Amino acid sequence: MKPVWILICLIVALPLAAMAAANGSWLKSVPAADRGRTNPFAGDSGAAAAGQNLFRNNCAKCHGENAEGKGNRPSLRSERIHNATDGEVAWLIKNGEAFKGMPGWGALPEPERWQIVTYLRSVNTAPEGELR
Amino acid sequence: MFKMTAKTAAQLCAWLACSLPLAAVLLPAAARAQQEPPYFVTYSTVLEEPGNLEIENQDIAASPKNANSFLAPTVEFEYGVKAWWTTEAYLQGQTTTNDSTVFTGFRFENRFRPLPREYWINPVIYLEYEDVNDADKSFLEITGNTSITTQQLSNGALRKEVERSIEGKLILSSNAKGWNISENIIAEKAVNEAEAWEFGYALGAARPLALKGSSRECAFCLQNFAAGAELFGGLGTRYSFGLKQTEQYAGPTLFFNTPHGVTLKFSPEFGLNDNSAGVLWRMGASYEIQQLRDWFRRAR
Repeated sequence: MKPVWILICLIVALPLAAMAAANGSWLKSVPAADRGRTNPFAGDSGAAAAGQNLFRNNCAKCHGENAEGKGNRPSLRSERIHNATDGEVAWLIKNGEAFKGMPGWGALPEPERWQIVTYLRSVNTAPEGELR
Repeated sequence: MFKMTAKTAAQLCAWLACSLPLAAVLLPAAARAQQEPPYFVTYSTVLEEPGNLEIENQDIAASPKNANSFLAPTVEFEYGVKAWWTTEAYLQGQTTTNDSTVFTGFRFENRFRPLPREYWINPVIYLEYEDVNDADKSFLEITGNTSITTQQLSNGALRKEVERSIEGKLILSSNAKGWNISENIIAEKAVNEAEAWEFGYALGAARPLALKGSSRECAFCLQNFAAGAELFGGLGTRYSFGLKQTEQYAGPTLFFNTPHGVTLKFSPEFGLNDNSAGVLWRMGASYEIQQLRDWFRRAR
């Protein structure tokens, strides 16, 4: 087989293999070490305000100005986010779910990603029944 | 029927070159994407977000020794098809003093991110088809054995030679402690001429000037700036692999995310050997139209 065909096969096969390996829920994919990570800005209102600015610049175009969701892009004022640990939310922001439409934001500096987690935590404080 | 001539294409490039920086001042405040590293030649693994269309103008100016100075604008249209797939089209032109203004060709490229997670090193596969003539002075990448001395020829002579080629890049990128480090390995093959495979490379490292966001909206906060450096050049051909008879450049880059959603980039790139121009001055401006695909969807 010519090298160019091996390359084409790899390009096609790798995303398919990755999709097949996905277990359907990003929460199940989070490694235990990431799940237990502590948010260095937890409870910091200044960090939540900075996170809100970062959210508006980077995330609002898909998830809505106030994280309420947009079109078929999910609301982040949800029981799932409310119940997730800070480490799980931080892991999702960093890695994304590329094959389900969510890009990874690993190139954003880590402190900024934690500020976004802090903001999302601040808008997910309502009682569980009131969240979608 | 409207016909795109070389002159109108060059005028379009020039118009966009002027209008994008102006848009940075005049547009209403808009969201600004912040994670793209400030590279001109090097690709990182950051792809366009799905549904977004980025329009970018990149200009390069130089005064090579023993040749006329030139300005070469390139207009890019970059669309995020999926979170793992970005497609992009380029239109290129150039104007040379004491010579002429010409449209030099187009490129069409696709980038694919094969792995679904963030690792310590992340790959992206890049595939491109290009149709450019030898009058092209965009320096979007350098492959094979080249020399700036070819710029001494007139545009009329250079544009007669058109090269259609396919190009592949392996893009590798790492993010750690705010730094982005990216490496590109380039292989190019002409499809309309019997030429050997040509190779090139590009390396880049960059970091935002601040790693934390500010709690207030501010135009000149350090978080809106990024700085870095690039090194790129040719690696010869299959039969003459190496740095001999190749152009090599290195230089710092600076990036500013304006409050109006326009990003501005600047870089002086210095020639590292006798085959290279002394300095290539680059500047770029880009604007992202967010969620373009929503315009074509029915309201839900």
